[in-house]
Amino acid sequence: MRHVISVLLENESGALSRVSGLFSARGYNIESLTVAPTNDPTLSRMTIVTIGSERRIEQIIKQLNKLVDVVRLTDLTEVQFIEREIMMVKVRAVGEGREELKRMTDIFRGRILDVTESSYVIELTGDDHKIAAFLDTLGAENIIEVVRSGATGIARGEKSLKV
Amino acid sequence: MELSGGEVLMEALKEEGVEYIFGYPGGAVLHIYDALYQQNSVKHILVRHEQAATHAADGYARSTGKPGVVLVTSGPGATNAVTGIATAFLDSIPMVVISGQVPSRLIGSDAFQEVDCVGITRPCVKHNFLVDSLENFASTIKKAFHVATSGRPGPVLVDIPKDLTTPDIKVPFEYPDHVEMRSYSPPELGHPGQIRKAVDLILSAKRPMIYSGGGVVLGDASEQLCALTRELGFPITQTLMGLGAFPASDKQNIGMLGMHGTYEANMAMHECDVLVAIGARFDDRITGEIEKFCPYAKIVHVDIDPASISKNVVVDVPIVGHVSQVLDAMVALVRESSRRPEQAELDSWWAQIKKWQDEDSLGYDKTADIIKPQAVVESLWRATKGDAYITSDVGQHQMWAAQFYGFDKPRRWINSGGLGTMGFGLPSAIGVQLAHPEATVACITGEASIQMCIQELSTCLQYNTPIKIINLNNRYMGMVRQWQEFGYEKRYSHSYMDALPDFVKLAESYGHVGMRIDKPGDVDDAIKEALSLTDRTVFMDFITDQSENVYPMIEAGKGHHEMRLNPWKEPA
Repeated sequence: MRHVISVLLENESGALSRVSGLFSARGYNIESLTVAPTNDPTLSRMTIVTIGSERRIEQIIKQLNKLVDVVRLTDLTEVQFIEREIMMVKVRAVGEGREELKRMTDIFRGRILDVTESSYVIELTGDDHKIAAFLDTLGAENIIEVVRSGATGIARGEKSLKV
Repeated sequence: MELSGGEVLMEALKEEGVEYIFGYPGGAVLHIYDALYQQNSVKHILVRHEQAATHAADGYARSTGKPGVVLVTSGPGATNAVTGIATAFLDSIPMVVISGQVPSRLIGSDAFQEVDCVGITRPCVKHNFLVDSLENFASTIKKAFHVATSGRPGPVLVDIPKDLTTPDIKVPFEYPDHVEMRSYSPPELGHPGQIRKAVDLILSAKRPMIYSGGGVVLGDASEQLCALTRELGFPITQTLMGLGAFPASDKQNIGMLGMHGTYEANMAMHECDVLVAIGARFDDRITGEIEKFCPYAKIVHVDIDPASISKNVVVDVPIVGHVSQVLDAMVALVRESSRRPEQAELDSWWAQIKKWQDEDSLGYDKTADIIKPQAVVESLWRATKGDAYITSDVGQHQMWAAQFYGFDKPRRWINSGGLGTMGFGLPSAIGVQLAHPEATVACITGEASIQMCIQELSTCLQYNTPIKIINLNNRYMGMVRQWQEFGYEKRYSHSYMDALPDFVKLAESYGHVGMRIDKPGDVDDAIKEALSLTDRTVFMDFITDQSENVYPMIEAGKGHHEMRLNPWKEPA
């Protein structure tokens, strides 16, 4: 099953590689990993999307907790949570297709960031289902380039991950 | 007090009560070595290769319970130390490794003797630090010792750029008296509810089994383990790393388990209905084929590392906590309780175990006219009254040492169980001997392993460590040869040790006593003679049976109940 794990870790050089190194050393699957500092500059927040059996996920969480740079973590998949990812996609936009692309972008609540005679750069925010659906809609033959941020996540309600 | 970086390190080590530091100088640590030269509280042991520095510190740590400390230079100094760091990591040994690094301004420039030491060691340390300022130096050393020795212990590396130890740059020195790390809080107390549940299960057992590991040794919980085991009257087996935590000579001890454990211990594992795992981690050399592991047992698992719980084997009652505290609580609950396992059931369980013991799975031919390696270990055991510190390398000799030297005390059996590092035995014995100058320290090794760190014979002379080296010389990498015999139709691919040195002359050239023993009848007297040379390192080269295998054995894919037994049987 797909799990979204949020990690607060010391904002120190090398902390990221401890986490990524753990995943590669132990053969854990890693679908995406994002990291950036938080409002507390001494802390970074990382969101890891991984896939595995319940036992595997339990091990991943325990092994992450063992890392000395990890301050706290939570498996968002166990609570109600919001997941967002940002994608920029460069698509071929010529002739009649240009208008259709504009409409699709509006329907998915995306934005066109850059326009040339033959291409658009479209920004889209959403969870992985929405992004996949949009890419499907665009059609592989029209896509020139895709860049995705990887997922970020936060729990709904008053629950929070902080020190 | 204003101190330079080198002086800060020396003061910090003094504050930590460090007695010995094992190391090798080089460019990036010259300032530190200069500070070392000008103090006399920490004694430096100069090894001949950095791998040996880590193994010696490791032996010191295993035999004392105190952290081992290592000092190496940047680049090759650090990479040479990696094998020893990984060895300590796999066996959870507390160790602090100080490595020099090129000056800060050169980091990343592929400078002379530069290597990303923090990066290279990351997967094989509990934690590591690159010190970024002289102001943080003392607190980083404090943290390193704290992390290395608390919770599940392990090696911690501190990488120090050379500019931070420049003699004329000084900072006020104050050694912190405690550590604040918001991201590190090792578990201590086991959950009382879980402990109660475990005791309930234990007291309902019909065919109980206690399986204890290195965690009991590391956690200094031998006394508590003995108390619980004796209170319950249960059979107990130990892992390779756990030997000595419960006396080998006690009748309740049914020997080591696992790949080369006794038949009775492995059969009892297979048949038991309640398994109490204490400070052990269900390693693949212990469990055999995991699908066949303990099919009838409910399992209690006590461990300080939550990640060890249900990692390889899913358990029924996990308890995360310090083993000594958890065992104390268990003993108290058992003593409070009027319940006991049904005595008749327990008696028939012991009767069954006795039958397995009658198989005599460690039996070997004692009438042979060639030296049997097992006989050498038994002779050493008799001559030292089972009270020596024994280090070993890795391979057949290691298994024979574990099987035939009955350890009655913890911290006496020093070997690389997790990583299986050949070359560990001699340098680790140096660390053990320095920590216990009056004790008998023997290194049981083979002619292949000993050559991986043979240069340390020189260190033995310099520091007068009168180690007794028991070289079980079968002219083969015995364990490799054994696997090739069983699994590769005796195609002995590169397991033959050709062009061996004359070990007697080699020992003598290093200034030691060399002995060559090739007759079974000479073994006892030779060992007695070597032991009588209490101030000399003695290299005893025993020419042993080339074809001897380690039995019994669980082969790949097999369960505890499917052991391969020694085809040799004592004539009726």
